[in-house]
Amino acid sequence: MAGPLRDPRLRAAVLVLPLVAFIGVTFVAPVATMLVRSVYDPVVADALPETLAALSDWDGLDAPSEAVYAAAARELLEAREARTLGRVASRVNRLEGGLRSVLVRSVRRLREVETGPWREAMIAIDADWGDPRTWHAIRTAGDRLTVRHYLNAVDLQRLPDGSVARQPEDRRIYLALFWRTFVVSLGITLLCLLLGYPLAHLIAHAPPRRAGLLLALVLVPFWTSLLVRTTSWIVLLQTQGVVNDLLVALGLVGDDGRIAMIYNMTGTVVAMTHVLLPFMVLPLYSVMRTIPPQQMSAAASLGASFPRAFRRVYWPQTLPGVGAGSLLVFILAIGYYITPALVGGQSGQLISNFVAYHMQTSLNWGLAGALGGILLVSVAVLYLLYDRLVGVERMRLG
Amino acid sequence: MSMPVTASRPSAGRIVYLAVCALIFTFLVAPILVIVPLSFNAEPYFTFTEGMLGLDPAAYSLRWYREIVENEVWTRALGNSLLIGVAATALATALGTLAALGLASRAMPARRAAMGLLISPMVTPLIISAAGMFFFYSSLGLSQTHVGLILAHAALGTPFVVITVTATLSAFDTNLTRAAASLGAGPLLTFRRVQLPLIAPGVLSGALFAFAASFDEVVVVLFMAGEDQRTIPRQMWAGIREQISPAILAVATFLIVLAVLLLLTVEWLRRRSASGARA
Repeated sequence: MAGPLRDPRLRAAVLVLPLVAFIGVTFVAPVATMLVRSVYDPVVADALPETLAALSDWDGLDAPSEAVYAAAARELLEAREARTLGRVASRVNRLEGGLRSVLVRSVRRLREVETGPWREAMIAIDADWGDPRTWHAIRTAGDRLTVRHYLNAVDLQRLPDGSVARQPEDRRIYLALFWRTFVVSLGITLLCLLLGYPLAHLIAHAPPRRAGLLLALVLVPFWTSLLVRTTSWIVLLQTQGVVNDLLVALGLVGDDGRIAMIYNMTGTVVAMTHVLLPFMVLPLYSVMRTIPPQQMSAAASLGASFPRAFRRVYWPQTLPGVGAGSLLVFILAIGYYITPALVGGQSGQLISNFVAYHMQTSLNWGLAGALGGILLVSVAVLYLLYDRLVGVERMRLG
Repeated sequence: MSMPVTASRPSAGRIVYLAVCALIFTFLVAPILVIVPLSFNAEPYFTFTEGMLGLDPAAYSLRWYREIVENEVWTRALGNSLLIGVAATALATALGTLAALGLASRAMPARRAAMGLLISPMVTPLIISAAGMFFFYSSLGLSQTHVGLILAHAALGTPFVVITVTATLSAFDTNLTRAAASLGAGPLLTFRRVQLPLIAPGVLSGALFAFAASFDEVVVVLFMAGEDQRTIPRQMWAGIREQISPAILAVATFLIVLAVLLLLTVEWLRRRSASGARA
């Protein structure tokens, strides 16, 4: 072979490089920009540079000096011209509720003010301009680099004096949400293990033809569109749905006693267990297939009871499959978005759904980035663990 | 409870075990089995009518199928899904196969790290990928374009190709390429005439996985697609969230048939590749 490609190391690297570059641009860079947004926000700093410079030697106790007001009046008017005022106002508003309208309204009135003193003029327009909390909010929003979204994401906040404290009780939601996501994912993983273990065992030790057929029963749902399966669970579980109809027809519940099994946490757990079950069955099946069934009869003939033979002989050999399946199901569960969004109602929402909420509805992208960042780090740790224990290339895809 | 092979006459334990397995299989398959008959419902309900239970032919109809075939929203969505799916699959398969050839070589530097990076799009929570892609592709003017969605779906599809092709290559006898080289074949000829035919089943099933992933992907589409790029999953999402119509069940049945066809093809390829490795 010609030239430098004679080196096998270089040859292999040249083959891999195009995909690494492609993934770098189309996937890694996007995820990185999302993470950057969680710590970096230049909007306020770019719009009000002189105001922030003047605020830097403010004592933080009283209304700031006339120089601050003069700079703020000028730069807020410029921001209005540049059409960035709305973005500035929404960022300040997140730190001190109600300031959005104060900013927007004040700037509209400021146009009519010809000369200073600006302090009196602004306080006359809105008394909030005399309140130190307004200026604290502007100064904090002016930090280009900030950890406040991460503090926010774990229910903490930085007080004006610089100390870190817990959020007021009614605003503590994210720690509980992370905990809920963790517990629900763990529950779903255990459910999958409980349901998947006997299933994988049956398939692994069935005669080949029947095993193929049974495996197909696992693989058809696996290949079926997620949205189709989610739709099915709505059809099955809604109050006028198939299962409730069946229960009423059997006389198990009255027509007015139909059970709410969807648009709540039950819906999320049932539908997600269904979606993730094949990811548990497949690695278990791969491992169990290699265990000679004679071992169990040998153990029985030596006098071991079934539970004892299972615990001492069979179960230990399936542990690699249990680990691989459980880790994979748990990794996929903690980041799940679609199913909770469609069938979770209010109570069945997980962390991903709040990332989506802050992306699309509240437009608090910094907080979305911080929540996503924490989620991503958790997934990355589990993924590295999976690679160490199982090897990522051994992931079974049906 | 006794193990299956030791049971000559089914014991009580084994009967319980089989019954439990039957219940779990029902849980797995029931959602799919329920959708198909309901898609033929003559009434706009999501539940079995008395007529359907009594097998009255008048209770069944093809009206929802007619509705999706005649509705431009669904046909356009199908067109978008196919365009994005096929283009993304082609890109993912080409890049993924090349990379797998490199990763299969023991000489590959930082092999484990590269593999971890290349598989990561598959396990990264989709909401994070989608949100990041929305920002990044918007800044390049690629959001709300077909090109943007094709690139995004190609990125999400490559891990499937890398995994399946690497698995096929690990069963591949490297003496074959060495033999070809010793007979005077250049690397390209060796690839085309020796390696490619042997790994072709793996490449094809990787491509089918990548296509299925794109064809079913909705989160990135939710963030990045405009009106003109709406795909079938996006349209189903709207159908489930906004105005739920039994026409969705007809689409769902179509997707189930597609899933079965994909599954059969992949299983057939797996068998071919297994017999190829032995030959």
